[in-house]
Amino acid sequence: MANQSIHTPNPDVEVLRSAQLTGDATADDIESIRKRTSVYVYEVPVRLWHWVNALAIMVLCITGWFIGSPPPSMQIAEATHQFVFGYIRFAHFAAGMILTFGFLGRFYWSFVGNHHARQLFRLPLLNKHWWSEIWFEVRWYLFLEREPKKYVGHNPLAQAAMFFFMTLGITFMIVTGFALYAEGAGQGSLPDTLFGWLIPLVGNSQTVHSLHHLGMWSIVIFVIIHIYVAIREDIMSRQSMVSTMISGHRTFKDDRPE
Amino acid sequence: MQLHPNTRIMREGPALSQIETFYDVMRRQGITRRSFMKYCSLTAAALGLSPSFVPKIAHAMETKPRTPVIWVHGLECTCCSESFIRSAHPLAKDVVLSMISLDYDDTLMAAAGHQAEAALQDTIEKYKGNYILAVEGNPPLNEDGMFCIVGGKPFVEQLRHAAEHAKAIISWGACASYGCVQAAKPNPTQATPVHKVITDKPIIKVPGCPPIAEVMTGVITYMLTFDRLPELDRQGRPAMFYSQRIHDKCYRRPHFDAGQFVEAWDDENARKGYCLYKMGCKGPTTYNACSTIRWNEGTSFPIQSGHGCIGCSEDGFWDQGSFYNRVTDLTQFGVEANADKLGVGAATAVGGAVAAHAAISALKAAQRKTQSEEA
Repeated sequence: MANQSIHTPNPDVEVLRSAQLTGDATADDIESIRKRTSVYVYEVPVRLWHWVNALAIMVLCITGWFIGSPPPSMQIAEATHQFVFGYIRFAHFAAGMILTFGFLGRFYWSFVGNHHARQLFRLPLLNKHWWSEIWFEVRWYLFLEREPKKYVGHNPLAQAAMFFFMTLGITFMIVTGFALYAEGAGQGSLPDTLFGWLIPLVGNSQTVHSLHHLGMWSIVIFVIIHIYVAIREDIMSRQSMVSTMISGHRTFKDDRPE
Repeated sequence: MQLHPNTRIMREGPALSQIETFYDVMRRQGITRRSFMKYCSLTAAALGLSPSFVPKIAHAMETKPRTPVIWVHGLECTCCSESFIRSAHPLAKDVVLSMISLDYDDTLMAAAGHQAEAALQDTIEKYKGNYILAVEGNPPLNEDGMFCIVGGKPFVEQLRHAAEHAKAIISWGACASYGCVQAAKPNPTQATPVHKVITDKPIIKVPGCPPIAEVMTGVITYMLTFDRLPELDRQGRPAMFYSQRIHDKCYRRPHFDAGQFVEAWDDENARKGYCLYKMGCKGPTTYNACSTIRWNEGTSFPIQSGHGCIGCSEDGFWDQGSFYNRVTDLTQFGVEANADKLGVGAATAVGGAVAAHAAISALKAAQRKTQSEEA
């Protein structure tokens, strides 16, 4: 069979041992590496969500900044015919709705999608190997490891960061955001019924505003690190990064087993 | 010493006071039936009720005995009372003399000292379970309540005593509802809002510093007319007055949506009456009826006179930084910090760290390349 493949099959070698121990690479993934030059990691809904989510976050950050600190006053027309700040707020709310329903769809996909689609929502906290791999990744970023490991999905450190900054972070932003939106929607409205309880719980709507701002900055910081690390890993690691979120396929730069 | 008229009626015999209805008292004061019906119509309109409620209000006032009210004062500045006595629709005089039987209010009553305290005790005993307790101010709990003494005892004791047999409690103003300035950080006297001290009675919060006069009398009128609390929102405030923000009904709202803001107190935009959002107006986060009912017989309200709302009817409004900042200062991080300044600082630091990390990564990679070439 060897001459029918561009790869030389080598069934005796145990492949990606660490990734298997942390639950990152499944038996199917390993089989896929033996047969193909790549592993199909991110399915269409995951990739679509990633980019829609990224766009929504960008719109939300920019319009959100302007809602807190409005642009200089504009005198285009009489107030009746001018809706500048209204459009900024509309864009913020619209992007917020898209982000929310995208996030709910992504959560649904974590049940019906492939093994890797679950990573954002479930951390293997009881897996000792997972913790030691986090430590390995920390050492890699501190320049204490000469060579990075291969992973199929997210590496454990990235998974933990995405869980806290994205899964929890976006949930926090959705809850605080809708609580603030409920103030405009009015008492008794659906957003008020679902999220209006937050403001009396926190005490004052101004405090909720401040928390919402801080939440945005935590996401901005995540985005900075996320983009840097994705590009850095694309260059320095042994696997594809940026193109994987476009095509869905993870390719590896070498054929060493670990 | 002369007693308060109502106190005297009560002392002459509980029967008289209990049987006398609103209508009886009003007729006795020379108010014609025509005027009485007008009053009922106006009350219905003020409460947002349909004309079909006018006969119901009239019937209630003709048949129901006046409800005794005890009005106690804790840590407060009396601005609630000052506001209350300026009510125009209905006139505070009508409320105090005709609608309720204000049996104890140490600010408004003529009696003082032991007589006043005796009036309080009499009312509590005679109308057990039937009187309304109105609380202005709040009790400080630190040092066993010694920071506020009424009649030689800590106010918190008077409050607990009066609340025990009350039918319902009205928390007047920001003090009783949320704590206000005496409960602002660090709250040395541990001033505590009423609902955190009295937990077993229906409490209606009427926040504001002070509340609008017509809101105060409107709440009382509703409670006496229908013998029940008005519909309350999630925070226990009457929904008819506190269900919308100042911002939702602000006459400057079109300038907000247009993006036309006052940029400085003395600029052209301020003269044109643009939105005060950038000047720290708390209208968008404040639930009250100022922009609809307004103040002093509907003359004006803060935004109309060119100053932003300070959010006085909101929980902890003293602890929300400057009245003139849109984004709240976070003093934990220094005097000049707020969420956005903090965020920009953190993002810049992380950006710098990323750049440094990238530079080290590149150097390391170059170094490794050189080493492997040498090897």
